[in-house]
Amino acid sequence: MAEFEPTIIAFVCNWCTYTAADLAGTSRLSYPPNVRLIRMMCTGMVDPKYVIKALLEGADAVLISGCHPGDCHYINGNYKARRRVKLLKEILPRFGFDQSRLKLTWIGASEGVDFAATIRKTVDEVKALGPNQTRGKMVI
Amino acid sequence: MAKTAKIEVKEQGLIATMQGFCKTLLEKGGIDALLVAQHLPMKNVVMPTLVTDPTKLNGVDPLAPVFPINAAKVVSKLTRKPLAGKVAAVLRPCEIRAFIELVKLKQGSTEDVLLVGIDCLGAYSNVHYPRFAGQNGTEATLRFYQNIRAGKGTACQDFDLSPACKACEHPIPENADLLIGLVGVDINDQVLVQANSPAGEALLGAMGLMGTKEPPEGRKKAIATLVAERAAYRDQMYVETSEATADLEKLTAYLANCVNCYNCRVACPVCYCKECVFVTDVFDHEPSQYLRWAKRKGILKMPTDTVFYHITRLAHMSTACIGCGQCSNACPNNIPVMEIFRTIASYTQKAFDYEAGRSLEEEPPLSVFREKEFSELTGGKD
Ligand code: SF4
Ligand code: SF4
Ligand code: FES
Repeated sequence: MAEFEPTIIAFVCNWCTYTAADLAGTSRLSYPPNVRLIRMMCTGMVDPKYVIKALLEGADAVLISGCHPGDCHYINGNYKARRRVKLLKEILPRFGFDQSRLKLTWIGASEGVDFAATIRKTVDEVKALGPNQTRGKMVI
Repeated sequence: MAKTAKIEVKEQGLIATMQGFCKTLLEKGGIDALLVAQHLPMKNVVMPTLVTDPTKLNGVDPLAPVFPINAAKVVSKLTRKPLAGKVAAVLRPCEIRAFIELVKLKQGSTEDVLLVGIDCLGAYSNVHYPRFAGQNGTEATLRFYQNIRAGKGTACQDFDLSPACKACEHPIPENADLLIGLVGVDINDQVLVQANSPAGEALLGAMGLMGTKEPPEGRKKAIATLVAERAAYRDQMYVETSEATADLEKLTAYLANCVNCYNCRVACPVCYCKECVFVTDVFDHEPSQYLRWAKRKGILKMPTDTVFYHITRLAHMSTACIGCGQCSNACPNNIPVMEIFRTIASYTQKAFDYEAGRSLEEEPPLSVFREKEFSELTGGKD
């Protein structure tokens, strides 16, 4: 059987992590192709609905990555994201979603190396977890 | 500081005593209106009524074991802007707690309202109450309290109090200006009136109820016993609900009857959005979209997004859930909605060291954000 290839949805902030991803690319750093990057203007724009929907639709993990505390261009968007992640990590595991299927990181614009490493690490972890329970199943 | 008085019940009975109390409150309390539950004249239905004329209090029965809606929603309608008058609202503890949440969400204000809370011994569902009460509303209320007083409990035929009430560990009103005490009080002899704020004290004075009597001896103990009973039911409910929804397969079985009518969120006093996203055009999908979704897994249950709706609602308001059970009460398909919301709320509220309805000062968890907190979420990284 082929190795399980997870799908990871990453909501990344335009001002930092998205730029870091760009930098990782131009620096020819390699990372696994399992992530689908969705560029947001700020992690404060990541509505909990996006995370819930992604996991219900069969994504194996969701990664949210933004500016380090103190660096958010909209002052506190990343703090909002952090509370929302805290909230979702209380709710989703009660319904059998492993809490590590939702990840939050801070990756600054210059941290291309960190970006590539984070993606590698996340993919490895999710591979070890196995597929999300919603994969291929009808969710009402 | 609590000033305590008693009102004699004696031969007039509990219902007339409460009616007399309401009348005095409206006449002498320096208020323009009284919001209180009444049996409607055309049918034995209990609804909140806004009364300005003391002669229009004949059906008043705030003790009736039913609350078709959580009246916090009504108090919010009255106080979301200046009322140009003063109103006293006679409420259940869970209605006050829901109102506290709404005030913090800027959907109400305590400015023009005096909160009168009554000890709550629980309520039947909207379906069961008419079976319990029949045509004679006030007689049924008396029967309810006499059964409890005689140790016969609250069960009736094949039903009992709603699960929300059985699981409610807040039978004694918090944050009320004036409290009407029944627990641990011989209700054939007296009811307790207690002022818990300067406004409440002033009200007691204006009503000529200036006693400094202490609450009856047994009250503390009776409250502790009742709260312990309820907490035990609640904890068992948490265990059973967690088990019944432990993974997606179980959760979908739990919600399988749901028809996406959204009655649960309409009935929920703390579902605060003016317009629920699930009825906006975000969910007005293109017809062809459904076909694409169906093709992905070969089958699509319609209407779609049922689990999505419930988990999203949990994310939106479980930190504000006060456990009133109106969601279950409103569900046409008998889904135990309250059970799942309270169970999840127990986790989300604890995570932010928050208790819905507890105090006006505590800020709702999703409205405050700090630079240094929850660093464990990012592996200790700041
Ligand atoms: S979710 Fe249900 S129990 Fe909780 S506040 Fe809303 S209606 Fe009441
Ligand atoms: S009231 Fe019942 S059927 Fe309607 S949306 Fe809520 S859970 Fe579903
Ligand atoms: S701008 Fe990057 S997280 Fe807010």
